[in-house]
Amino acid sequence: MPVVLLTDAFVFLLIAVAIGFALYARRHEHLSAPWRSVGRSPVGVGALVVITFYVAVGLLDTLHFHPRLEAVPAVPADAEAAFIGSQAVREATPDRLPESSPEAEPDAVWPAPATGPAPRYSAQVLSLLDVLLNPLRERQEKTFSAPFATRSFVREPIEQPDGSVVRDFPRLIHGGAHLADPAKRGWDILWRTLLGLVKGLLLWALLAAALVWLLARRRGQPPRNLARAIAHGETELPWRVALLTLALMLMLMMVAADLSAKYYILGTDKVGEDVFYQALKSIRTGLVIGTLTTLVMLPAAVILGIMAGYFRGLTDDIIQYLYTTLNSIPGVLLIAAAILMLQVHMTNHADQFASLVHRADLRLFFLCIILGVTSWTGLCRLLRGEALKLREADYVLAATALGVRHSTVIARHILPNVLHIVMITLVLDFSGLVLAEAVLSYVNIGVDPTMNSWGNMINSARLELARDPVVWWSLAAAFGFMFTLVLAANLFADVVRDAFDPRLRALR
Amino acid sequence: MNTELKTRPAAAAADAGLLLQVRGLTTELTGGGPAPVRVCDALEFDLRRGETLALLGESGCGKSMTALSLMRLLPLGGRIIAGSVQLDGVELLELSERAMRRVRGGRMAMIFQEPQTSLNPVLTIGEQIAEAVRLHGRPPPSPRNRADADWVATRVLELLRAVGIPDPDRRAQEYPHQLSGGMKQRVMIAMALAGDPQVLIADEPTTALDVTIQAQVLQLLRSLQQSTGMAVLLITHDLGVVAETADRLAVMYAGQIVEQAACREFFAAPAHPYSRSLMESLPSAQKRDAGLAVIPGRVPPLDQPFIGCRFAERCDRAMDACHDNLPGWYPVAAAGLPADPQSAPALDPLMRPAARRVRCLLWADGPAATVAAPAPAIGAPSAPATNDGADPLLKVRALQVHFPIQRGLFKRTVGHVKAVDGLDLTLYPGRTLALVGESGCGKTTVGKGLLRLERPTGGAVHYRGLDLARLRPGALRRQRKDLQIIFQDPFASMNPRMLVGDIVGEGLLALGIEPDRIARRRRVAALLEQVGIGAAAMERYPHEFSGGQRQRICIARALAVEPRVIVCDEPTSALDVSVQAQILNLLKQLQQDLGLSYLFITHDISVVAYLAHEVAVMYLGRIVEQGTTDEVLDDPRHPYTRALLSAVPVVDPDQRRGIIRLAGDMPSPANPPAGCHFHPRCPEAGPECAIGYPPPVTTSATRQVRCIRVTPGPT
Repeated sequence: MPVVLLTDAFVFLLIAVAIGFALYARRHEHLSAPWRSVGRSPVGVGALVVITFYVAVGLLDTLHFHPRLEAVPAVPADAEAAFIGSQAVREATPDRLPESSPEAEPDAVWPAPATGPAPRYSAQVLSLLDVLLNPLRERQEKTFSAPFATRSFVREPIEQPDGSVVRDFPRLIHGGAHLADPAKRGWDILWRTLLGLVKGLLLWALLAAALVWLLARRRGQPPRNLARAIAHGETELPWRVALLTLALMLMLMMVAADLSAKYYILGTDKVGEDVFYQALKSIRTGLVIGTLTTLVMLPAAVILGIMAGYFRGLTDDIIQYLYTTLNSIPGVLLIAAAILMLQVHMTNHADQFASLVHRADLRLFFLCIILGVTSWTGLCRLLRGEALKLREADYVLAATALGVRHSTVIARHILPNVLHIVMITLVLDFSGLVLAEAVLSYVNIGVDPTMNSWGNMINSARLELARDPVVWWSLAAAFGFMFTLVLAANLFADVVRDAFDPRLRALR
Repeated sequence: MNTELKTRPAAAAADAGLLLQVRGLTTELTGGGPAPVRVCDALEFDLRRGETLALLGESGCGKSMTALSLMRLLPLGGRIIAGSVQLDGVELLELSERAMRRVRGGRMAMIFQEPQTSLNPVLTIGEQIAEAVRLHGRPPPSPRNRADADWVATRVLELLRAVGIPDPDRRAQEYPHQLSGGMKQRVMIAMALAGDPQVLIADEPTTALDVTIQAQVLQLLRSLQQSTGMAVLLITHDLGVVAETADRLAVMYAGQIVEQAACREFFAAPAHPYSRSLMESLPSAQKRDAGLAVIPGRVPPLDQPFIGCRFAERCDRAMDACHDNLPGWYPVAAAGLPADPQSAPALDPLMRPAARRVRCLLWADGPAATVAAPAPAIGAPSAPATNDGADPLLKVRALQVHFPIQRGLFKRTVGHVKAVDGLDLTLYPGRTLALVGESGCGKTTVGKGLLRLERPTGGAVHYRGLDLARLRPGALRRQRKDLQIIFQDPFASMNPRMLVGDIVGEGLLALGIEPDRIARRRRVAALLEQVGIGAAAMERYPHEFSGGQRQRICIARALAVEPRVIVCDEPTSALDVSVQAQILNLLKQLQQDLGLSYLFITHDISVVAYLAHEVAVMYLGRIVEQGTTDEVLDDPRHPYTRALLSAVPVVDPDQRRGIIRLAGDMPSPANPPAGCHFHPRCPEAGPECAIGYPPPVTTSATRQVRCIRVTPGPT
């Protein structure tokens, strides 16, 4: 049964807005031309491919549902239900639940619809990504283990077959469990890596062939010629760069998939969870914070900024006062206060939340809102300045002389002429927000501690840095994932800014 | 050797001493398009000591690129691919960049169009000139005593004095923003003079300045030239400036020099059809009753190889041969005399720079019979010259537009900029009233005040029994239909994000005149046809059109709501002469067909003479003289009008008047002088002028002058 969390709903809204904007931009030359020039930049396209992988993972993680419970334990319940009626089912179910699904929270279960033997659902909220990564999600060790380790990171008393007890590093339950002799691990890893590379290349070849075939059909050109043009980098869009980046990402993906089936490629954390899985799950959190925040702040920044610049006078004074005041409150203070208030509210009204996931999600959403509240002032100030300039533009005066209403002037003359600023700010802010999440979680006012996020990973890993030998992998994983995303986003933002900034644009 | 050359007395230049010799200079700009743009194509000209050569041409002809090529200051992507530039025998194109740096500013200096952006706003004038002096000036042989060590400061003051800046000691300590536009241009000239240049390249030096200031700066250049004997290469698009300043001129078209002649000969009878068309498209009082000659089309793009004459497409004398034969560089003999090829057979013709030459096939076989084709009269006889019996359409009484000056934390109003301060105007139906004045006199604010684009502080605008200055916004919207405006800058006056069809139809939609989409599009199409753009323009964006075409679209937008009055705020000042002629013809035609009234705001007297029925001259927020065009232009009575008219450069030497030099600049409208606003600059002012603002003096039924020196009645 699908579940739509609050942030899911907003992510869907964001996608709808993005699609709507894309359709609008297609019809407007001044918007589509810069995007086309983004598409022509090799750096932009390469970064876009990387971002696409992140977004795909994020979207898979956004499609939530309650998994259907196995039918096996339900059979006797159905039989009983036939006699006793639906009321009994509800009472009976909680008892059986732990057997069927050991991870589900025992306190809550979604009852099946009262009528008839309809399928029943677990109270657990899973995403498509969870299903894909089920093996990673379910296996668990006792505590830390290093990447690709076969033995635990800490010594434990182990009972020998002869009854004596030795303190040693025990074998991991899952990591490298298929190996008879852990010493041969190197060959196994090499073999699996090669296998993954081959799989990745095959997948890439398939995708590339399909792409070339599609493109060739659209252009009415023999695929061979097109393939040669792409290989020589002679196409207008840098397909070669796109395909090379795609090859790299696909091979990485397949190697990781093959290796992670048998090893903890990024190790395990304190409670023995796979760090690779955590890092993947954190992608959604990062993306949601980076994008939803802008969605939240955009209306305020755009409307207030343009109003202040266009109407001047009292309106301007009030709006300026508002954002100057807001800007002088330390952002962290505001965020901490808001998050604390939310936490108090959630503790007092625990019954309103179906599960921990819902609570964590609400906190994430609130974090987006409060980050939006503290970050709209920059864009607002920019837009006010631009609107101040535009209101004196001859075409705005001409519109006034033609009796055009203020609302129409703003919608038709001011807004389209500041859109490039909005676009540049959005893309530039994204990476800053992803990083802000990490910082906020580090000081414990970020997302819920139960939610996977890079900030939480860093936060929980910082104490282990003092260990000897150092437990570095949680930190490194969070760093690597975050760095790749932020670097790609920054490169992309640079290209977008170059394309949209009228001062840098050759074509007016 | 350099020093020897520099110190050679200017008088020695008389022996036809060649100073700058340009041969086959070809410059290309790459980037942007697929093919390089050839901005200068095989330019050849000479510059002799003490001479002024004018490079004349419309925008996009490659004039500025020529100047930058000479200085080797081309922008990124620009490259000189052939030719030679010899300055006093030194080949500039072969110098190392290091040696070239010494030539720039030292032997060859340049001044630019925009004095505002050419000065560094955070350094004082003195420091900036001192920098030039230190780089290019000649220090005294041995700085033994203190006075010699201070040679830089001394030289700075000397330069400031040379360019006529009063009180140089104080001015040297000031920052650029404290100076007016004319002063800044003088400072630029002073910097250029720091190295005692032999050649001064002036790239549109007065285009950004008012006529009275322009007259001052041109006068300064002339006197400097006389005292130092430097040669001046004057780049301009203004035929009047050329006629008054230059000895010889070269007309540029599409990267080529198409005609070279001495000024006197040129203005007597231009040889190239392009030059002739340029002359004919100049508006003037004599051409009132007919349309102006126009040059159809536009300058061809320069990224193509030409197989014929570049002007052939637009030429009214084009023959079949013009389209596929490159015209040679033919000599032109004085009118009536055959060209004498025997006079100097041995000499390379290029060695006789004074020879008049033209690049036109008409001259291929000796002198053409005549280049002067009958001017195509585009029938636009002027409207009746009188306004007898007609009721005024728009009456402006004591209009005031003041802008508060706010200071301090609480934005206290400490004073007012009185942009418009008690202005009376009367506009009759179907007639044109020209509002003339220099920049900063408030004429644009008058236009905006009439339309309530700026809120008038006082006074009344009577239109059909309503006072537009006091109408409430709702009621004002209903009157918007009747009053429209056309702006100066055709590039800024249209939303770049909108289709032309939507831009023109905006008023129809906003005022609810034509809510139906289909009908509205039909009307927009008709309007675009009417202004000569064509209905196909509807689906295109403004940036696809040239300046003149955009101005036509702006006119169509104003016409869409069927107005009765159009305020034209310098609609042609950003356009080239030939395009200006097209727009003026169109405006005249529309007035005739639709009975429109124009309030024509301008600083260009020749346009006024051509188009206007009445003239009002504005100075510092007030009208100083108004009357019919003939009265005011032929017999100006107010001293300011007289000075203004005398400063206008005139092509015809017979019509030139002695320039009345005005001292100083226009005072700030925030703090106008007591009494007559003009008295501090007025050559005829007496002590009584400072007492009170002069009342209007009626000299004829149609004319009023505000000057106590003017006696009522005709002169």
